[in-house]
Order: sequence, then C-alpha cells, then structure tokens
Amino acid sequence: MEQLKTIGRELAMGSQGGFGQSKEFLDLVKSIGEARSKAEEERIVLLEIETLKRRLSEPDIPKRKMKEYIIRLVYVEMLGHDGSFAYIHAVKMTHDDNLLLKRTGYLAVSLFLSDDHDLIILIVNTIQKDLRSDNYLVVCAALNAVCKLINDETVPAVLPQVVDLLAHPKEAVRKKAIMALHRFYQKSPSSVSHLVSNFRKRLCDNDPGVMGATLCSLFDLITIDANSFKDLVVSFVSILKQVAERRLPKAYDYHQLPAPFIQIRLLKILALLGSGDKQSSEQMYTVVGDIFRKCDSSSNIGNAVLYECICCVSSIYPNPKLLEQAAQVISRFLKSDSHNLKYMGIDALGRLIKISPEIAEQHQLAVIDCLEDPDDTLKRKTFELLYKMTKSSNVEVIVDRMIDYMISINDNHYKTYIASRCVELAEQFAPSNQWFILTMNKVFEHAGDLVNVKVAHNLMKLIAEGFGEDDDDADSQLRSSAVESYLRIIGEPKLPSVFLQVICWVLGEYGTADGKYSASYITGKLCDVAEAYSNDESVKAYAVTAIMKIYAFEISAGRNVDFLPECQSLVEELSASHSTDLQQRAYELQAVISLDAPAVESIMPPDASCEDIEIDKNLSFLNGYVQEALEKGAQPYIPENERSGVLDISNFGNQDHHEALTHSLKFEAYELPKPVMPSRVPPAAVASSTELVPVPEPSYARETRQPASLPSVSDAGSSELKLRLDGVQKKWGRPTYSSSASPSTNSSSSTSHKTTNGVTQVDSVGASNSKARDTYDSRRPQVEISPEKQKLASSLFGGPSKTEKRPSSANHKASKASTHTSEKSQAPKAAAVQAEVNREPAPDLLDLGDSTSSSSVPAIDPFKQLEGLLDQTDVASNVNHGTAGAAKTPDFMGLYADTPVSGLGSSVGDLLPTNRDEFNLTSELSNATRTAQGGVTQFNKGPNPKDALEKDSLVRQMGVTPTSPNPNLFRDLLG
Amino acid sequence: MIRSVMVINTQGKPRLAKFYEFQPVEKQQELIRSVYGVLSSRAENVSNFVDAESIFGADTRLVYKHFATLYFVFVFDSSENELAMLDLIQVFVETLDKCFKNVCELDVVLNYSKMHTVLDEIIFGGQVLETSSTEVMKAVEEISRLESASNAISLVPKSVSAWQSR
Repeated sequence: MEQLKTIGRELAMGSQGGFGQSKEFLDLVKSIGEARSKAEEERIVLLEIETLKRRLSEPDIPKRKMKEYIIRLVYVEMLGHDGSFAYIHAVKMTHDDNLLLKRTGYLAVSLFLSDDHDLIILIVNTIQKDLRSDNYLVVCAALNAVCKLINDETVPAVLPQVVDLLAHPKEAVRKKAIMALHRFYQKSPSSVSHLVSNFRKRLCDNDPGVMGATLCSLFDLITIDANSFKDLVVSFVSILKQVAERRLPKAYDYHQLPAPFIQIRLLKILALLGSGDKQSSEQMYTVVGDIFRKCDSSSNIGNAVLYECICCVSSIYPNPKLLEQAAQVISRFLKSDSHNLKYMGIDALGRLIKISPEIAEQHQLAVIDCLEDPDDTLKRKTFELLYKMTKSSNVEVIVDRMIDYMISINDNHYKTYIASRCVELAEQFAPSNQWFILTMNKVFEHAGDLVNVKVAHNLMKLIAEGFGEDDDDADSQLRSSAVESYLRIIGEPKLPSVFLQVICWVLGEYGTADGKYSASYITGKLCDVAEAYSNDESVKAYAVTAIMKIYAFEISAGRNVDFLPECQSLVEELSASHSTDLQQRAYELQAVISLDAPAVESIMPPDASCEDIEIDKNLSFLNGYVQEALEKGAQPYIPENERSGVLDISNFGNQDHHEALTHSLKFEAYELPKPVMPSRVPPAAVASSTELVPVPEPSYARETRQPASLPSVSDAGSSELKLRLDGVQKKWGRPTYSSSASPSTNSSSSTSHKTTNGVTQVDSVGASNSKARDTYDSRRPQVEISPEKQKLASSLFGGPSKTEKRPSSANHKASKASTHTSEKSQAPKAAAVQAEVNREPAPDLLDLGDSTSSSSVPAIDPFKQLEGLLDQTDVASNVNHGTAGAAKTPDFMGLYADTPVSGLGSSVGDLLPTNRDEFNLTSELSNATRTAQGGVTQFNKGPNPKDALEKDSLVRQMGVTPTSPNPNLFRDLLG
Repeated sequence: MIRSVMVINTQGKPRLAKFYEFQPVEKQQELIRSVYGVLSSRAENVSNFVDAESIFGADTRLVYKHFATLYFVFVFDSSENELAMLDLIQVFVETLDKCFKNVCELDVVLNYSKMHTVLDEIIFGGQVLETSSTEVMKAVEEISRLESASNAISLVPKSVSAWQSR
C-alpha cells in the first residue's frame, strides 16, 4: 500500500512543474528513509555528495538540473554533512533571471551561509538589484535573504532600497520591508537608529497586516526604552479597541477571534508601557477589561490572548477589578484538564502573586497537583512559582521538595539551576542553622560539582563566623552539629570534591573543638578521605592541612600527640608527591608537630579562621638580612617587571618569602573567603551590637537567630550573591504591610510558637492548627483530598493566611528601640496576658469581649493601639507597671491587668530570663489570641474595613473560624 | 522572536530545519538531536511546552506538536506567547495540509523547497508574518504560478492546480 502511494506520488511528481523532483532525488530520499543504521545512512549521503561533486564539475549543466542539485545539497546539509563545495553554485543561481531558480538560489544561500561568510559580498550586488525589481516576488525573495545574510557591515548597502520599499504598493512587500528593517535593528541598532520614525509611520499603514508587522519592531524598541513611546499609548489602546471590536476585515479573524496575534502583540506592548505608570495604565483599563469579557476561552488562541491580558494586568499599575478578572481566568486555567492551560495558569499565578498574594491560597491544591504531575515542564514551572512564594514559614517544605526533585533528575543544566535556587532560598530564609547546614549538605551531596564554589566558601564562612552573634554557645553548637553531620556523611562513597573540601576544612577547624571526638578519631577520618580520593589533589591538600590543624590544636592544648600510622604513611606519600603544593603541606605538617606548644599556638591559634592576617608586603623586616647579603657581595634585587625570562622562578621565590614570613603557613581555607570578608563583617557586627540579646538557653536558638542572622545574610547577598532582597516580603505580606515588614518578622509561623517560656503553649497551638484545617475544609467541603496533600498544602500555603502581621513587626521595631529595662517590664506583662489567655476557656468569648469594651478607655482608638501595640505597651508598662490599674491602662493589656492572675503572671515573668525575642513571641501570640477571643467586640468597633480584614486574617491564623468570611458582618450585628 | 523551526520524524530524522540565527551545520545537528532526545522521552498527554534553556541557551522556550510520525517544533524567546506559538504550528500544518491534501511525512520530504516556501510566508526573519492559512495558500500559489510562468524550461503547464485536483 505504502509502495503504491509512493508510486502514485512519483507519477504525480512528473507533472509537478516547479516543485517536482527527479527520480534520483526520490531514490536518495527513499534509500535514506530505509537505511537501517546511522552508518548506512552516512554511507548513502557520502555517496550522494560524491555524485553531486562530480555532476557539478561537469560543464554546461542545464539550469533545471542545477536547481535540483542545489535542493539535494540543501537536503544533505540538513542531514548534517558539509556541502560547502557547492555554495558558489548557489550564489551563482541567485543571479539567474528565472524566478524559480533565483528563489531556489536565495533559499539555498540563506540556509547555507552565515552573515559573515566570504561569499556574501558576491550576493550583495544581486540583492541590491533585486530589491529594485518590478516583480514583487523577486523583491520578496531578496528581502527574505536580506534578513538572514546581511550583517552590520553590509546593512548600509541595502538600507536605502529597503526603506524605499516601505512605500511599495503591495502590502506583502511593505510588511516584509518593515520586518527586514526590524531585523537590521536587531543586528545593528546604530545603523538604523535614524529610521525609528519609520516604524511609527507604518503604524498608521492602512493595511492591518503591515501595522501588525510594525508592532513587532515597536515591541523591541519599547522593551529597550519605554519612555520615548509613551505618546503612543493612546494609539495602541485605540487600535486594540478597534481590533477587539472586530473592525478589521474578516480575513484577519482566526478561529472566530479578531486578529489574535495582533491583540497579543498589543497587550505585550501595553504591559511594557503601563509598567509603573499610573496615568498610562488608567487609559488601558477599559480595553483590557473588554477583552477579558469578550475573549472566547474555549479556543487555544483565545486563552493565549487571555493569558496575555493577565500578563498585562500584572505588569501595569494595579486595578482591583482587572485583578479580579485575571484571578478568575487563572482559576479557570488551573481547573482545566489541559496541561498547557495548567502551565499557563501556574505561570500567570506567579505573575499575579506579586500584586495580590492572597490568590495563591485558593489554588493551593491545583498547585500541588501540578507539582506532583508527571509532566516535567509543568513541574518546573511550579517550582518557579514556589520559588517566588517562598518565605520563612514554608521554606523547609519547598526546599525539601526542590532537593527531592533535584536528586531525581539527570539534566545537569536544570540541576545546577535548581541547586542554586535551593542555596539561595536556604540562605535567605533558613529557619535555623541546623536546618541550613543539613540542607546545604544535601545540596552538596547531590549536586556538589554543579554549584558555585562560592557557595562552599560561604558555608565555611558561616560555620566559622556563626551568624555574627556574640553568642558563642550557639556558634559552637552550630559547629559541633556541622562536625557531627559531616562525620556521618564522610563515609559515603563518591562525594563531590567541593563538598569534601568543606568537610575537611570544618573537621580540621572544629573537629576536636567541643571535645566530643578525639584527635585520633578525626585524623583517622581525614586520612581515610585523603586515601579514598587520592586522585583529587585539592581534597588531599585540604585533608592534610586539616590534620595539621588538629595536631596543632592538640599540641597547643598541651596534650600528647600520638601520630597515627596511617597519618604517617599519608605524610610520607605526600612529601614524595608530584604536586609541590602537597609536598609543601606535608613538610609543613611535619615541621609543625615537632615544635613546642607556644610556638605552635602562635602559628596556629585555635578558632582564628576569621582573624585578619596582616601582611607586610614590603618585607621590611628582612632589610637587615638583605643588607648583610649585599655587603657580602650578593646581586641586588631586580624588580619583576625589569626582568625577562625568569618570571616563573621569581614568582616562586616571592611566594616562598610570603609564606615563611607572615606568621602563617599557606592554608587555602584561610585565604579563600577573604575577598568577601570586608563586605560581610560590618553588617554582622552592627547586628550583634544592636540587636542581640544573649540567649542562655540552647532551646531558644531557633527563635533568637532570626532577627540577627537574616539581616546579615541579606547584607552579604546584596554585595555578592544577588539574592532577591526587594519585595521578598511584599510578595506575601499584604500590600499594606510590605513597607514595614522586615525579613525577620516571620515569627508568626506556627512552628515558632512552641514553648516559648515557662507557660506551655503547645496545646493552644495544636488546637489552632487543627482548627485552621477545619476552616480550610469547610470552605471546600465537596472535594476529597488526601491527607498528605492537605498537609503539604497547609505547610506550603498555611503561610498566606498566617502572613506576617503588622503587630509582630511593630513588636520588633518597638523592641529594637526600647531599652533593656523596658523590655524587662514588658516581659512580665506579656507573660501575664498569656497566662490569662491560657486560663480563659473558649466559651467565655463574649464575656471577655464585654470586659474589653468596659475596661478600655474609649478616648483612645483601640485599633491604633493594636497597630502600635508595643509603643503603647512601652509607655504603659513604664508608667503603669506595678500599679496595673485597669482604668488607666490605655490598651488591651489593661483588659487582663485587673484579673487576679496578673500578679501571678508578672511574678512568673520576673523569674523568666528577660529575652526580647521570647517576649516578642509571647506578646505576639497573646496579642493574636486576644484578637481571636475579643474578636467579636473588636470588629464592631473597627471603623475601617481594612483593619477588619486584617483582624479577620489574624483570627484565621489563630484558627478561630469567624461565622462568616466577611468580617464586616459583625459591624451590622453589633454596630 | 522565533529562533528556529524544526520538523523531526519520530525516528529522529530531521525533515525540515530552519534557524533564524545562523548555526553551523554541526551545531544544527546537535540541536536537532537534543531536541529529539527531549521530545521522544515525553509521555503522551502532557503539555506541549518544554524548557529549552539547556539546549538553546537562556530565555528560550520550545513548543512542539506531534502529528502522526512528525514532530513540529518551534523554538522562540519570551517575546512570544506559548499558546500562540502552538496555534502557529497549527497554522503551518493546516497550510501544508491544504497544499498537499492530507499531508504526510512523504510530502514533507519530497517537497522540500515548497515546505520552505510555505514557512517563509508564515515566519519572516524570526517574526510572525501571516497567521491565516488561506492567505498563506494564496501567496504560495501565486509564487508557484509565477515561477512556472517564468520557467521557460518547464514544458508541463499544469503545475499546482493540476496535481492538487489529483
């Protein structure tokens, strides 16, 4: 049957005129098609090339035959074989007068030649002539070739002709001319910059096709410089309006949609022009809204336009109504069965959450479905989205997911990419040092060879410096946990080199610091590493240096050093190594361990990796020695640049001097992080002086770290790693919070609510968690969801409903400003409140509410107080502490102050360590809880719906379900 | 802009390859191979989009459509819309279908230069030129008519319309 068809076509081909091929070509195609192996195909093609070479060298080839040879050659080239021997024939063919041959010639050269090929010069003249041809097809063929073959050198040769063609009577030619001009602009902007006005002029072309072509060029121009095209906003809007209203000829309809490609282009342009420009954006609202309404969402292209609308809406100055429409479209995309639409939906969601973060929440299940979809493209897009919505409360889940995926793929390009994302997120949002180190371990373990070396250095620096806190306990804890995790990992086979370097360095520096592991144990491990990775010189270098450090610390601590036999053999092996670096290290090691304790201590002071090393570059202390040598008749030193031919040796000498004379042996680990140190140390120091309160109890490490460490990490980021610093919080905080929220205000995540002080909170948190889930369930009762998914959803998205709250950030601010003493007085208060809250049974909600209204002083707006809670508290507690008079206390604290527990609470508080962070947590918690309990009364007093909404989310955070999603309802009831 | 258009059959043989930015022959082969490697490993019923950055460099996307034994692949950058590109593939295929009446792989192979003619009427220098298959057909027919008219050697006058009614 297939054969019959072939024969039929073969017969038909005989009569195909222009497009017909000869039997030979047919045979070629057939035999290649039937080739069983790549080798066979290769053989056939090579044979064909031989034939073509022979034929082409024959004299007087008929033109028709020539054309066929060229086509065959194009085909052969497409299969990956070089056809350069015949390029000249293709060039010759462009000179032909026959249209068919000319077109074939142009096709061949535009496929064969690059724009800087030597033969181009032979074509330029022909192109010039053809661009002036009367036959528009010749002109079109030449324009086609122009796009591919002309480079910035040859642009001037054809530019005048192309510009003339902009006024050609045929619209097809005008269209191609404008596109060719656009191509010139892409290739060499300078040569056509004076012609930009032509693009504007052609926008008014009476043929919509030409106008559409102009949009491509304008889009590029506007991408580069939007400001100089602001005047066109009106025109673009009116064009878009006309297109959407079907004013174009029916011929431009595509799948019943009026000129969708033009609409897409225009929307892209408007997105650029309206970005950050309220005035321009306002002109667009109507037309974009119209398109949202009119666009048919059943066809593929209709969805393409809708997607473009969302992009536009998310780029221009936000308009609530449009955002709502966009959100509707997104939910339609995400609910669709088509993977394509889901993909677009995820992408669009990623754009929109920048503006209205809350919309992600309602799509959490769809997002999780996409994350678990077998489709890789969709999965990656979803990771992109998750990356954008990461914050400290969900970073663990997201990074875990990313790492799992990273482990599962083989694509090195994407692996590198996602590994760097993991590192970035971990550095930015790490909830604890422990977690950070474990995460980095995983990343290194599975993608160590792919991540930037800088990351390894940062990790070492982090372990060495701690988080810039004065708290040595936390630092040493961090170090010992790092050591422990590395000792666990070190036995695994085939670890990446970079990771091993980190491990060796850390083990050398801190392996014996906490006294948990003996020197011989650690050195044994290091010897194993050096042995197992004997091909990797840098690992060996790190290992042997680490061993030296361990012994040096032992010696300076006055302990006896028993040199392990495997160490001995390692050192012996290395001192005979081909690598001079390894040799040197080995000899240094031997030299160091033979010294006495004071000498060793001054060479290798323990835990001094962060100290700056002073280097006397002039080696002035050697002057005497030099003088002596000169007097003895030595040659004077000739500076390097005045010598020739002995450069290498002199370099060597120099280095040796340095090493011997700067009190320090050469250790890479000390040197590498140095370039970045200056930029990092100051912020860390500032952080520690202003923000730190020593934390005596290790269990608080997790909470206390955040305020201090995050600023320092992000500071470092701005200078070197290009972290996303701006808008991090904005994305997820409500827009109104974004300015005040700092990256450290993440303490509202439920996990950090664990036992923060003497009073147990676990129960209430647990309860609120489960209630939160209830809320969520009740909103979507009909959907059957597996518990795992739910859990994932709540860990990923639980955040949005528990977003950083203003009060908590106010807490931070206020407490930063407040003195230690005022903190002292606050802590008991908070504790008191908390105690009270815990004691109060839930059914008393309304009673409590009543007491709120009665006890708070009406002259002061309670919401103001809530916002600036701590400022108020400062005042209140400073003034009223001790008296605890209910009537005088101007804030909600007063509510509880007159209860009998208050005394008890404050006495409890006095016993507690005064820790600010602790206080933040407790006060925030109690604050939130109070809101939840007193919610009913507060709502009716809230004059501002926005405040009410904030309250609402706060209430949700605490897991108390308001009877209605709309908190304003309470106003009706009670106000 | 559109970077490249490829038609690859399900065995990985290129049937049409057009790069709007010059690529040397070896590089073209490599690209085609890697694209085929990605496409052939993709399951049915997944999205038509593929992340192409590992193959074509930063800011590139790839949209493909699978018809019978052929993959139609468009590679482009962020200035184009994925769904719209998917429709452009549709336009291309529809036009080919109109040209060849139930287009199959063999048509694509045998009418190599015509494929290019059609494609050049849809995409010009990396930009979308025309999206109506009727318009493209008109242009292509016009070209074949004039070509055969100017082609003095051609003794067979029937040309396109003749074999179309076949």
